[in-house]
Amino acid sequence: MSEQAETPTEKRPVRVYLVDDHSMFRAGVRAELDTLTDDIEVVGEAGTVGEAVAGIAHLRPDVVLLDVHMPDGGGAEVLRQSRKPHPEVVFLALSVSDAAEDVIAVIRAGARGYVTKTISSQELVTAVLRVSEGDAVFSPRLAGFVLDAFADRPGAAPISDPELDLLTPRERDVLRLLARGYAYKEIASELFISVKTVETHVSSVLRKTQLSNRYELSRWASDRRLV
Amino acid sequence: MVDADLERSRTNAVAEPEPNRMYRRRTGRAVAGVAGGLADHLGVPVLWVRIAFALLSALGGAGVMAYGLLWIFAAQAPADAPPPTVGSRERQQAFGLMALGIGLTIGAGTLSGTVNGWVAASVGVALVGAALVWREADQSRRRRVRGAVFGSGGRSATFRVLGGALLVATGIVSFLVSSIGLGQVQFALLAVVAALVGVAVLTVPWWLRMVRDLGDERRARIRTEERAEIAAHLHDSVLQTLALIQKQADAPREVLRLARGQERQLRNWLYGPAGYGRGQVDAPAAMGGSLAEVVARASGEVEDTFAIKVQQVVVGDCELDEKLTALVMAAREAMVNAAKHAGVAEVSVYAEVEAEKVTVFVRDRGKGFDPDAVPEDRHGLADSIRGRMERHGGEIKLRTAPGEGTEVQLHMPRARVAT
Repeated sequence: MSEQAETPTEKRPVRVYLVDDHSMFRAGVRAELDTLTDDIEVVGEAGTVGEAVAGIAHLRPDVVLLDVHMPDGGGAEVLRQSRKPHPEVVFLALSVSDAAEDVIAVIRAGARGYVTKTISSQELVTAVLRVSEGDAVFSPRLAGFVLDAFADRPGAAPISDPELDLLTPRERDVLRLLARGYAYKEIASELFISVKTVETHVSSVLRKTQLSNRYELSRWASDRRLV
Repeated sequence: MVDADLERSRTNAVAEPEPNRMYRRRTGRAVAGVAGGLADHLGVPVLWVRIAFALLSALGGAGVMAYGLLWIFAAQAPADAPPPTVGSRERQQAFGLMALGIGLTIGAGTLSGTVNGWVAASVGVALVGAALVWREADQSRRRRVRGAVFGSGGRSATFRVLGGALLVATGIVSFLVSSIGLGQVQFALLAVVAALVGVAVLTVPWWLRMVRDLGDERRARIRTEERAEIAAHLHDSVLQTLALIQKQADAPREVLRLARGQERQLRNWLYGPAGYGRGQVDAPAAMGGSLAEVVARASGEVEDTFAIKVQQVVVGDCELDEKLTALVMAAREAMVNAAKHAGVAEVSVYAEVEAEKVTVFVRDRGKGFDPDAVPEDRHGLADSIRGRMERHGGEIKLRTAPGEGTEVQLHMPRARVAT
């Protein structure tokens, strides 16, 4: 990230759109992102699902910071209405909820990552920049949920698609370290791989989380009527 | 203090007990708790009241009449009223006086010639039947089920109600038979049955509406209670904490500690295993103090005590046994060490339950230390963590260096493999 910070003129800032029904929270995030970095420009904000869908269609932001809990269907509804017409827009879910069904539901609806609102400003900036480059962002909590969902429990449902329903040992290692609070760089040095490889593993895990039919994933998502 | 105020206003809103109102007794009653309630109301011994009712019965059944009217018009005492203590002797007395009252009614009526014995006996039978049915209605009201006469008292309640109805019918029929001829009775019965059927048919929509209204009313009540519960919870927790935060605004550590503690509490209330946002289905399985819960609790305690953030993630879950309790205690000690010595605002805890072992990682990005340079008199790591783990067959690995943070890895084999 530091290279980009030194040469902001070469790269246009990431255009971020805020969706949250709490105006106070939007103002807070906007202030954080504006003061902390030049790499991110907040181009607009919305407080309802309808406003958000219209705003995303109009502004075509790079990244949408999406609140999970909102009236009229929440973040998942915004994802459902905006993903198809604007596949290039990347969504990062931002929520106070730590419940598995919320986290998994937005991920399966198409978000590229999930961070909780208590995340530090610097971490938020890193997360936004990372998803804007197409990588996935897993909070430790989300990593824990995914590990849980892909765990090999006795009596679990049979694996229908090994490619999607199983994590590779390496992916598992990466997730474990994520859940232990390691940053990507630390994971890379721990496993003697490059940061890029860590990102590849995380993206692959994200894809499996979104597409797998494992019972836990579909159960968590169906709790939110999202399958 | 604010809590007490709220508590008071809430109870007032739900049930306002007027001081000078008479209630029928709920427990410790012989028939319907009328005599007991009246005694409580007047502040005289219940025995006197019962004697008065019995004696009044001699005056053309006035006592029985009064008792019946009070039964109808006085409500049952609220459920939370303190139950009076009733001995078996008092109960026997009550039944004796009741028999006396009924006997006096019938006897006095017969003697005075206003009614003959046959009529009085049938009236008595009808009264006993009515008393049976009414009592059952009281009971089912108490059970708060559908408000129907039958309630949910099971088969015996049904029998009691049917028996009561039978007694009432017998009483009325025998009364009719005694005063008018048998042929007319048949006619009268037919007429009565026809009239009843007619009334029943005519009032069907009204009954239906009443049942529906009852359902609506109950739903509304549940919603109100729910809302009151949420409001009370928000008041007790969030508002209090916000007030405290405003007061402590110049002490950032304290503010952070309050905010973290409140966040965790609210989160647990909303999303916890037995939390508000959970269905009832998941709750019982998680009630038994599982590993995940205990780890969460330990993290919360450390957060509260040391005003730091403990980011905890638990993968899988299992029942707690002695070994795992030791593991959690060791992990807690590691968190405390990190909070005290690392000089960081955040500690990460990760626990994973596998088939044959449980692993916990406690990690900080703080100062770190040189394990060989720890003074002999510092026993935290040596005793509380290593000793505890090794006594229970677990093992500990430590990764630290000055300036590179600390990670304590705790491995504990599981006693038995989950099936």
